[in-house]
Amino acid sequence: MPIELTTTRHNPGIDPTLHVWGWEIPVYLFLGGLVAGLMIIAGVRLVLVQPRERQAMVCCTIGPLVGLTLLSLGMLALFLDLSHKLYVWRLYLTFQITSPMSWGSWILLLVYPALLANALTHLPEAIPSVARRFHAFVAISDFILARPRVVIGIGLANIVVGVALGLYTGILLSALPARPLWNTAILGPLFLFSGLSTAAALLHGILVLSFKDGERPAFADFLLSSLARWSEGRAPDTRIAPLLTQADNSFLTVELGLLILFLLGMVSSTAASQQAAALLLTGPYAAPFWVLVIGSGILAPLTLQYLELQNRIRHTLAPAVLVLVGGLTLRFILVFAGQESHWARVASLP
Amino acid sequence: MRYVMVIDTRRCVGCMDCVVACKTENNVPEGYNRDWITEEVRGAYPQPRLEIRSERCNHCARPPCVSCCPTGASRVHRGGVVLVAHRQCIGCKACLAACPYDARFTHPDGYADKCTFCHHRVDQGQLPACVSVCPTHCMHFGDLDNPESEVSRLLRSRAHHALLPEAGCQPHVFYLT
Repeated sequence: MPIELTTTRHNPGIDPTLHVWGWEIPVYLFLGGLVAGLMIIAGVRLVLVQPRERQAMVCCTIGPLVGLTLLSLGMLALFLDLSHKLYVWRLYLTFQITSPMSWGSWILLLVYPALLANALTHLPEAIPSVARRFHAFVAISDFILARPRVVIGIGLANIVVGVALGLYTGILLSALPARPLWNTAILGPLFLFSGLSTAAALLHGILVLSFKDGERPAFADFLLSSLARWSEGRAPDTRIAPLLTQADNSFLTVELGLLILFLLGMVSSTAASQQAAALLLTGPYAAPFWVLVIGSGILAPLTLQYLELQNRIRHTLAPAVLVLVGGLTLRFILVFAGQESHWARVASLP
Repeated sequence: MRYVMVIDTRRCVGCMDCVVACKTENNVPEGYNRDWITEEVRGAYPQPRLEIRSERCNHCARPPCVSCCPTGASRVHRGGVVLVAHRQCIGCKACLAACPYDARFTHPDGYADKCTFCHHRVDQGQLPACVSVCPTHCMHFGDLDNPESEVSRLLRSRAHHALLPEAGCQPHVFYLT
């Protein structure tokens, strides 16, 4: 039966399709997931690995510092998205138990101290020049490292808060029932594992940059020289590279499985969910979804990293770049397509 | 007390007096609408079916815009009216994304805005502006908890429907058919 619907409403950002969230929210969700991944990986290493072996380990030294920087950039993106910026402090005058955004704003208050404690634990190894100038950093690091229980506490705090942060970035969207594409609990774990894979890829990328000259891609020279200046020539321990590659492949495999479950759930659900899934599978977002997220974001790095682990090709920056681009594209696609998805706008005329 | 709006689609002609009255009463900025007219045509000649509806925020009994608000700016007022406290709103737009009716918008001053059922008039015993100006008297407003009210009587005696009941928000604007 043909249906024609006309409306006199033309509210900016609402009509013809909802588009109230621009680039800021996907960037924030991507960076939030990435930082969550960095926290979990660093936390696990703090708990499991002996201090002496940790000292030159990129995930315990540079990882938390990169995390602090990226989290601040993510928070800046979130702030830029607000349309009533002067009232942002209102977030911290209340706790709304049913609002994921309220949970998120309070979780972020826990993320900073946990991440800061993580960074301070190995700061002298990460940035020797700063530690030499400010002896307090060395004293704090020595204080923490002399107390194994404190180190394990910091590690566990990073794991718990990191998991909460990673899940929150997905639940933020999945708690909005008006948008069928978002209204699934799988988004939480999907964004968590996507965050873990991007974090492992980023750390692996930093390691690749610190390989010996002969094994280093030429285009990485500039980045490497900057990194070497920063860490005073103390390149991170590259022995952890295969472990990170292995972990990244595990995260990517779980992420792929969750994406398949996410889409299966959509196409076997209501008409509104089927239409929402079609936006990704065959609609306007199909090309970036299949090419950048599934193809070059998951399958290609999985293959490349498998070959790296088999020692059939060298460790290169390519998988890291592909995973990071795929993770960012996934957030952009889900935020934009999710806003376009909606319940059928026609009433059921009796 | 439970305020509801009942709109007779057999009387509504889509004249948009309700839209103009709302904009005037509430100083709705140019280019924005708190209420609007939707025309839905089903079927084809020779038996098309037309329904003209004056639509707005449905002041749901389970409002997702309220439950997702991180500052408590979106709240349920007396009589179940859903309101936004402008000075508590940070403009995160979560409520805009949460509304299945797309009834909210960001006011040019930055806060989320929507229909208030003209609670400032209702609190003084007056009808909402849109209801008071309707030339065909197709709009009715009142207390659903009072079985003797006009809205209760109409909903008992006439066939009616709400918009997107499957979204699970329990909307409180009803359309008589």
